[in-house]
Parts: sequence; structure tokens; C-alpha cells
Amino acid sequence: MADQSTADQPIVSLNNVGKAYGPVVSLQDVSLEIGSNEIVGLIGDNGAGKSTLIKIMTGVETPTTGEVFIRGERVDFSNYSVQRAHELRIETVYQTSSLGTKQPLWRNFFVGRPLTNAFGFIKVREQKRISEQIMRETIGFRSAGIDVNTPVGRLSGGERQGVAIGRAMHFDSDLIVLDEPTVALALSEVEKVLNFIRSIKENGRSCIYIEHNIHHVHAVCDRLIVLDRGQLVLDCEAKSMTYTELTEFLRDLHFRGDHDTKVAS
Amino acid sequence: MQGKASPTNSGPGLIRRFFQLDGASIALVFVLLILIFMITAPKAFLGYRVYMSFMATVPPPLIIALGVTLVAVAGEMDLSFPSVVAAASFVFGIMFKQWDVTWIAFLCAIAVGAGMGLVNGLVVTLLGIPSLIATLAMLFLWGGLVTVLSGGIQLAIPDIYGTAMHSIFVGRIGGVFPAQMIWALLISAFIWMLLNRHRFGESLLFIGDNLEVARVVGINATREKIKLFTLSGTLAAMGGVLLTLETTAYFSSQGMGYLLTVIAAVFIGGTSIFGGSGKVVGTVFAAFIVTVIEAGLVASGIQGFWTRFFIGFVFILSVTANAIIEDPDKVPLVRMLRTKMPSR
Repeated sequence: MADQSTADQPIVSLNNVGKAYGPVVSLQDVSLEIGSNEIVGLIGDNGAGKSTLIKIMTGVETPTTGEVFIRGERVDFSNYSVQRAHELRIETVYQTSSLGTKQPLWRNFFVGRPLTNAFGFIKVREQKRISEQIMRETIGFRSAGIDVNTPVGRLSGGERQGVAIGRAMHFDSDLIVLDEPTVALALSEVEKVLNFIRSIKENGRSCIYIEHNIHHVHAVCDRLIVLDRGQLVLDCEAKSMTYTELTEFLRDLHFRGDHDTKVAS
Repeated sequence: MQGKASPTNSGPGLIRRFFQLDGASIALVFVLLILIFMITAPKAFLGYRVYMSFMATVPPPLIIALGVTLVAVAGEMDLSFPSVVAAASFVFGIMFKQWDVTWIAFLCAIAVGAGMGLVNGLVVTLLGIPSLIATLAMLFLWGGLVTVLSGGIQLAIPDIYGTAMHSIFVGRIGGVFPAQMIWALLISAFIWMLLNRHRFGESLLFIGDNLEVARVVGINATREKIKLFTLSGTLAAMGGVLLTLETTAYFSSQGMGYLLTVIAAVFIGGTSIFGGSGKVVGTVFAAFIVTVIEAGLVASGIQGFWTRFFIGFVFILSVTANAIIEDPDKVPLVRMLRTKMPSR
């Protein structure tokens, strides 16, 4: 759908990226690409390095080795930050921590980049108007008793993900990173979130979707990436593997892990 | 009104919305207190003089409390202000006495307060010491420094009376109304705007609400906290100068009396003890409440020693009430009672 020139160039590409926290290596030699208008599932156990990978892409952490390119341009980590990632239209929605629960919706939509006048005062009325619009049009909120002044703490888990995704789309991100958006959600809420994810692609954007539940990943993703103990062990089209094959692959990984630990100990 | 109303869009909902207005519930408590004292101490509380006296004495702790309110919003604490008050008072007093300067002395005093606040902010953020402990240490450090520099002396500056600065800051408008009250209200309005309408205030709200969220949305928490403590120090210095102007004296333990009352005012006013929300209007009323309780009890014939007990009592009561309003589950006693109660 997008024109050819941008479709050819990956939004993000990683080249042998590694990250160590002191002696603890959490990411090792990872190379991958995220193209435009695709939903990529990122799978891996706790501690596999998923979060680290995401934090490097979005400017929260700096890698110890390797390089990152965004739309073909090499990232200079000395001035790469969350703001810079936002400018490059990369947005992250963390599983629990991307909304301030005591703060109203209108603040949460714009936090980090409020609409202000020259003196830094926030244009509250305008923020409320736009928030209202995002709620109704982009994410289709219709819950009674919720308006832009409602503190986010009073929304359900699925609604919160909707707010965060709506925010990301409003700021015109090309790549939206979702960190386990369905964790701890009721089934009906999960379906809502999966629909939010589909709407990301319908809007011509890309998404990295980190998830524990393989069923959800397989249902919505175009491509799958599996991390295991800091290393990339699988990168394939989602269609090339059935759900059962994927489950078996992951189970084998798991057993390999058990075996390794036994040998080590 | 319906009997069992839903929590929204009905009578009880309206009442709840009233109590969610910035400072509304605390204003109600204030009015009640005044009414009670009008009955128990009519001689004092039915005349206007006592109110003029409140408006002369409350502004310094109120202005300090405004700074501490912002600090509390960010989930931090600043206990160093009594020493900042002393330092600012000393700088102002000694410069006036030595060189007969007023505005330069004022600017220097404010700069000293800002500098101390800046150092507090650096200690909290760069050394990573929790601010409650860090600023308690700085309370001693700054306090000790001021005592050493001043040689432990006291200063009387009666000559300040009659200067332009004295009239502008603490003069009596129309012979009765204390000018410092106007300044305190102006600063309160400014702090309200800063917290509720400025991006700096929004950063503080998110830092106090959830530091991790603040980080991932790109708020530079370190920088904002340094600014925050600097502002708190500046406001404490302003309070100190007003106090020195009003009393025309400096002594090293000058600010210590404010330690309890300022902190009490902040949290009685409804600012969250958990961070992430603050009530500037609440702080304004609560600063008066603390003083009114003190004066009211004495005027009602209760022994002066009891005042601290009552302030402590009101303090713990209102902090609990505010916590229940914010989230009942954060108060273990209420949570226990709720789980034991049969669901209706």
C-alpha cells in the first residue's frame, strides 16, 4: 500500500547488537529488520532479552556492541533518547507502565510532548478536545462514565491499552511497539486489544508485538521472531509455521534449556 | 434523590464531585473550625483583629508549604527548609545591617536559598539518597553552616521598619491588612498554575505517579527534580525574608518552628502522601487551619501544651481521610473492614 521506495527500506534494522549489564549478558549478536506495514511477533521466555531489545530500539537503553539503523540512517546513541525515537516516529506501549494512573486521560494522551504556549503552559482545552476525538474516532471508546477527565486508574486493562495505542497512532508513529499488551486481561478485553493491533496495520503502520501467549501472536502476526537467552533463534513468516509447529519449536527450546542447566550444574 | 444511587450522575455523585474540587473539602473544614472557635472563644474570633494577625503570621509558612507541596507531588520530601529560612534571614539581616541595602540583600537571600535548594537537588538525584533522609541531613548541614557563619549571634534590625521594602512586603494596607497576604496569594496562584497548567507541573505529577512511566514518556526526572528542589529552596528563602521583615529580627532557630506546621499544612491540604497529586488550594487553607487551631485552642482556654497534640491528631486524621478518598485499599484497616463486610 505504501509507495515502493519506503516499502523497500526497513524501518529499523539491527546489526549484531549486544547488551551487557556488567557481567550479565542480556543480548548477544542480534541482527534483524522490521519492514513497513507488518506486524512482527517477538517471543521469548522471561529474561530472553525481549525487553532489552525493545529498550534499545526505543532509546531507553544504549547497546554495548553493534549498530542500529532507522530508515537506513545509523543511530548515534550519544544523542538517541525517547524523544529522538518519537521524532523518528517510533512509539512504545509498555505492558503496565506507559500511563500515569492518577492522571486524567487528557494528560496521558499528551504526556512527554504537551501542547504548550511559548512559556510552557499547557493548552488544556485543546488537549481535551483532541483527546476526546482520539477516544471516539481512533479507538472507538463508548464506555459510559468515561470522559477525558477520568483518571486512567479507573479504566479496565484493555481500555488502557486502547488509550496507549490510540496515543501512539495520533502521534503518527510508523512503528508501534507493544510490550505484552494482553497480559492479565479478561478474555473479552484481549479480543479488544487484538483488534487494536489489527487497526495498527490497517492504518499502514508497523508493529512489534511482544507476547507470552503464542496463540495470540500466531493469530495476528505476519512474522515471528524468537529470542532465547539473548540470542535470536528464529525469524520467519508466521504463515510458514502452523500453530502446532511453533509450539513444538518453543518446547524444544525449553528442553534444550533444561538440558544445558543440568550440564552446567 | 434516588435511594441506592449509582456512584455517578446523582446526588451522592454531586457531593463527591464537590469533594474532588481542588481544596473544597479542606475549605469546609476551615469554615467549621472558625465556627467552632466563634462559639468557644467568641471574644477573639468574633473580632477582625485575630484574622489580621493570622494573615500576618501565616504567609511565611504558607509560601514554604507551597514549595513542599510540589516536592510531595513528585513523591519526594524536603525537610531542609528550616535551615534555608535561617540562612536567608541571616544573609538578609546581616547585609542590611552592614551596608544598609534592602533590595540587594533581598536578591542575595533568595539566591542563597536557591543555591541551597540546588545542592539539595543534586544530593538527592546524583547521590541517589532518598530525599527524606538527604534533606534531613541537609537540614543539619545548612543549619550548622549558618550558625558557624553567624557566630551564633542574633540580629535585630528595627531600622528596616519604615523602608520601602518593608512597606511593600509586610506593610499594613489601610493600616490593618497585612501586605504579605497579598504576596502569599500571588505566589499561591503562580504555584497553582505551575502545577496544574505548566509542563513542569505535569512532569512532577507523572514522576510522583510512576517514575517508570515518566521515564518511558521521555521526562528527564533528574533535571526536573533538581529544578524542583531549587524552587523549594527559593520559596523557603522568600518565606524567611518575609518572616525577618515582619519580626525585624534574625535568630538561628527561626525556621525550626515551621518544621511541623509546614509539613502538616501540605498533607492536611490533601496532597497525596504517595505522590502524583497535589492540592495547592488545599495547602493554602491547611496552612491557616494549623495556625487557627493553635490560636483557637489557647483562646478557648485550653492549655497551650495541648495545641501540638491536637495538630498531630488533626494531621493523622486528615492524612488518613485523604488516603481513603484517594484509594480505600491503600489503608489496611479500611481494607480489612471492607473484606469482612458482607457484600450488599
